[in-house]
Amino acid sequence: MRIGVITFPGSLDDRDAQRAVRMAGAEPVALWHGDHDLQNVDAIVLPGGFSYGDYLRAGAIASHAPIMSEVIDAAERGVPVLGICNGFQMLTEAHLLPGGLIRNDHGSFIRRDQTIVVENADTAWTTDFEQGEEIVIPLKNAEGGFIASQTELDRLEGEGRVVFRYSGINPNGSLRDIAGITNERGNVVGLMPHPEHAIEAGFGPDTTLAMRSGIDGLRFFTSAIRALQTV
Amino acid sequence: MPTIVVEVMPKAELLDPQGKAVAGALHRLGKNEFTGVRIGKRFELTVEGEVTEATLAEVRALADDMFSNQVIEDVVKIYVAEDAVVAPAGA
Repeated sequence: MRIGVITFPGSLDDRDAQRAVRMAGAEPVALWHGDHDLQNVDAIVLPGGFSYGDYLRAGAIASHAPIMSEVIDAAERGVPVLGICNGFQMLTEAHLLPGGLIRNDHGSFIRRDQTIVVENADTAWTTDFEQGEEIVIPLKNAEGGFIASQTELDRLEGEGRVVFRYSGINPNGSLRDIAGITNERGNVVGLMPHPEHAIEAGFGPDTTLAMRSGIDGLRFFTSAIRALQTV
Repeated sequence: MPTIVVEVMPKAELLDPQGKAVAGALHRLGKNEFTGVRIGKRFELTVEGEVTEATLAEVRALADDMFSNQVIEDVVKIYVAEDAVVAPAGA
C-alpha cells in the first residue's frame, strides 16, 4: 500500500504526513508538484502549509500546479484524496470540493487542540471512526473560515457530505461549524484541522489519560488503508 | 505599454475580515463618518502591442478562473487603463 504526499513550494507538513502514513502501516511516497507523475500511488495526501505564501488566495496558485491535473483525474477515478488545511484550500480551488476558505472571522491566526465530531464515517478517510464520535486533533490556520452559498450548504448537509463539524467552539467562523467535507463519491475529503499531528503518543494533543497522548489522527490513514484493501 | 486592469472584490454578502479590521481602526481613530470598509484586489496586466478582443477574452477567462474564486469573490470590473493616471495626493 503506497500513499503519496505531494510537496508544493511552501508546504510545511509534508514530512509529518509521510510519517503519519508510515505509522499507519503504509509506505509514504514523496511526490513533487512540478511533475506530471503520481508514481502509481494508491492514495494521495495534499499536506498543510502556506504554498506560495498564500498569495492570490490560499491554495489558489498550487491548485494550478502541473501534478494537479493528475490529481483531478485520479480523484475522478475514485482514488482516495485527503486535503489537510492548505491541501483542503487547494481542493476547493481545484473544484474537487465545493465552497471556499476565507480569513478567520476574528482576523487572527489560531492554533489549538480542536474537538471535532465525525459526521460521516463512510468516506475513504473515516471508516475507522464511529458516526458521531468526538475526536481531538490540532488546528492551526489563518484562513479556515469555510463558506458556501446557502443552497450549497443545504445540499452538503442533505447528502451527508459534511464529514467533520467543530464542537465546543467554532475557531474560525466556518458556516454551520463545518470543519471538513467530502465529494459525492466519498473518496475526496478536505478538512482544516491536522490529523497528521496526532498520530504518535508524546506528540499529540493532551487527553484525560496523559499529556500529549492523543492519536486520533492516525485513524484517518488506517481508514484509507482499509478502504484500499477492501476495493 | 497597455495595461489591462481587473478588479476583484469579496462577495458583498460575505464577511470581509480585512475590511472589518480596517473599519475598526478607523472607528478607534474617531473617523466615524465612514460606516464600512471593504478591501478587494486590483490586477494590472501589461501586454506588448495593442489590446485585441482576443486578449480581453483571455483576460475575462483568467479573471473568472484564476484571479477570482467565484465562491467567495466577484470580478467587478475589467478595463484597459488610460495612460493618464491621476496621482494620489502626496505622490
